[in-house]
Amino acid sequence: MTGVLPVALEEATKVIQALLRAGKEYIGVMKTHGDVSEKRIKEVFNEFQGKIYQRPPLRASVKRAIRVRTIYYLDALEIEGRNILFRVGCEAGTYVRKLIYDIGRVLGCGAHMHELRRVRAGPFIEDEGMVTLHDVLYLYSRWQETGDMGMLRRFIFPMEKALDLLPKIFIRDSAVDAICHGAHLTAPGITHIESGIKTRDTVAIFTLKGEAVALGTALADSEEMLKVMHGIMIKTERVLMPRGTYPKLWR
Amino acid sequence: MREIKAPWSIKRELLTKSEDETDPKYGHRPEERPYPDIIKFGIINLDKPPGPSSHEVTAWVKRIIGVEHAGHGGTLEPTTAA
Repeated sequence: MTGVLPVALEEATKVIQALLRAGKEYIGVMKTHGDVSEKRIKEVFNEFQGKIYQRPPLRASVKRAIRVRTIYYLDALEIEGRNILFRVGCEAGTYVRKLIYDIGRVLGCGAHMHELRRVRAGPFIEDEGMVTLHDVLYLYSRWQETGDMGMLRRFIFPMEKALDLLPKIFIRDSAVDAICHGAHLTAPGITHIESGIKTRDTVAIFTLKGEAVALGTALADSEEMLKVMHGIMIKTERVLMPRGTYPKLWR
Repeated sequence: MREIKAPWSIKRELLTKSEDETDPKYGHRPEERPYPDIIKFGIINLDKPPGPSSHEVTAWVKRIIGVEHAGHGGTLEPTTAA
C-alpha cells in the first residue's frame, strides 16, 4: 500500500493517538470475479454506506470479534469490465480489503482488492504538502547547507496540523501552565469554543497563539461551556506542551 | 439510509466566551517556531513508497533528520487495518 503516512517527530509523537483515531480516505481498484451490471454495483456500494459490521481478517492484530465501522462514502469512480476504481471514506480501523471482499459476496460473484492508495489520514491529504522520502532527504540537506529554515518548513508541518479535525477550545495564557501540569480546564480559563461540541467528545486545547496544549474530554457541550462561569469543563487526557512554556500563574 | 458526515465535512463556528490577549514573551505561533522547535514539534505528511513497511519508512525518516523519536499515524500495510 502507498499514500499518506503522517510521520511525527520527537514531542509531536504525542499527537499520533489523535491520528490513529481519525478517519481515512482511500482510492483503490477492485476486481469482481464475474460480470456485474453498473447499476448493481452502484446499488451494492450504496448498501455499504453508513454503519457496517466487519469481522477483522485472520491475520489482524486485534481481537476477531465483529465490530461496527462507519463508511462515510463509497463511490465507483470508473467501471471497466470487471475492474472498478473506487473511493472510500471510512472510520479508523476499517479493513478496506475485507470491505471489498464482503461487497463481492453481496454481488454474488466474489471480488478482491487489486490496488489501494491512502489519500487521506485525518487532516492530512495527498495534495497538501505531501512529500516523498527523496524530498525529505533533499530538503533536509538543503537546510544543512544553507541554514534556511524555510527548507524545513517546506516539508515539516507544525504538530497542530494533526489536530485540525478535532473541535477546539482556546484558553488564556494564565491557564496554560496548569494544564501542562495535568490540571483540568475550568470555565474561567476559556476564551473561545468551537460550536458543535457534545459531552464526552475529544477536544483539543489551544493557546491564543494557536499552539496545542493538550487533548481532553468535554464534560459539557459548547453552549453550556459558553454560559457557565465555574467548574471543570474539560478533563485533560494528554498533555502536548512542555511544562514551563508559559509562566506559572497558579498555585 | 441516514448519511453520516465524514469528520472532514463538518463545519464548526468559533464562539467567543471572553476576550483576552496573549503575551508575545511566551511561546510562538506554530508556523513561526524557531529551530530546533520546527523539528521537535513537527510532523511530516509522507508519501509512503510501496516496498518497505510503514515502520521501516519511519525509521528512515528518523535517520535522515537525526531525531531520537519518530512515530507514524496509521500503519499502511496490505494485511492491516486502515
